[in-house]
Amino acid sequence: MSENQEPVISTEEMVAAVKQATEAVFSTMLGLELGIKEAFVEQATTVVPAAGVVSLIGLAGAMVGTGSLSCSCEFACRMSGALLMAEHTQMDEEVLDSIAEITNMVIGNVKTMLEDKLGASLGLSTPTVIFGRNFQTRSARSQEWIVIPFACGEDNLYVQLCLGPNKDQAAKAGRPGFALPQVVSF
Amino acid sequence: MVDVLIVDDSAAIRKILQRVLRQADIPIGKVIEAGDGVEALAALKNAALAQEAKVGLILSDINMPNMDGLELLSQLKASPEWKDLPVVMVSTEGSQTKVLEAVGLGASGYVRKPFTADQIKEKLTAIL
Repeated sequence: MSENQEPVISTEEMVAAVKQATEAVFSTMLGLELGIKEAFVEQATTVVPAAGVVSLIGLAGAMVGTGSLSCSCEFACRMSGALLMAEHTQMDEEVLDSIAEITNMVIGNVKTMLEDKLGASLGLSTPTVIFGRNFQTRSARSQEWIVIPFACGEDNLYVQLCLGPNKDQAAKAGRPGFALPQVVSF
Repeated sequence: MVDVLIVDDSAAIRKILQRVLRQADIPIGKVIEAGDGVEALAALKNAALAQEAKVGLILSDINMPNMDGLELLSQLKASPEWKDLPVVMVSTEGSQTKVLEAVGLGASGYVRKPFTADQIKEKLTAIL
């Protein structure tokens, strides 16, 4: 990618990368089979879900934005149980850590696939996990979220990406940029 | 028996790697855990000082706070005491650039997350 060329990755390519990464992590590490539902695009404010767990990771470099996983607390406990081969009935440190690591693996693998397409490196932040009721997350800049819903039995998982070209010339020149700030409101 | 140092900021991954090592028919002795590169260096020094473990293998993540896995690898390879320790990177970082960087710094192996128990076993069997 030349310095003046704006990085472009289509919604279809992002959806394909998320699908492939999520299915790989769930089948390899959790032994859970996922069904994919139809992806859709939302504006910057997202309310999926209004209660439960959201795990966020920032991406920075030639493109900047955020990747996230969200689900109910019950499914978070189920995922953690599958990952650690242990039973979890409530949100605790182990569940939060498991969700952070699952997010890291999913978005980390998406990042690698996008890097291959971009021909440029992206940086990844450490994950932040939030759980509670009646919260919304909002990107501080107006961008669209690509939402890829998955089903696992009765449970739903939403993997979301809010990613756009970095206008910062320094980042285009190969130096890391800043991920978009996220605001969480309860 | 080989004592192992597992370095990852995720307690979940440290637990999974321990389980995989125990199930892999690899003669594993004591397992020490660290959450980042700084903790790893301290754990190595403490274990040597206390003579409670003789670490013969390190499994390390790359993206970690305080000191990442590549910096840890670089410091280990620059140390006369630890330079011959085999270090296997276990990371979500899958770009060719990162893999080559790790190998260039002296990593003995590279396993991408998500991983299977067989992938870890295969890598470690070749090294140990």
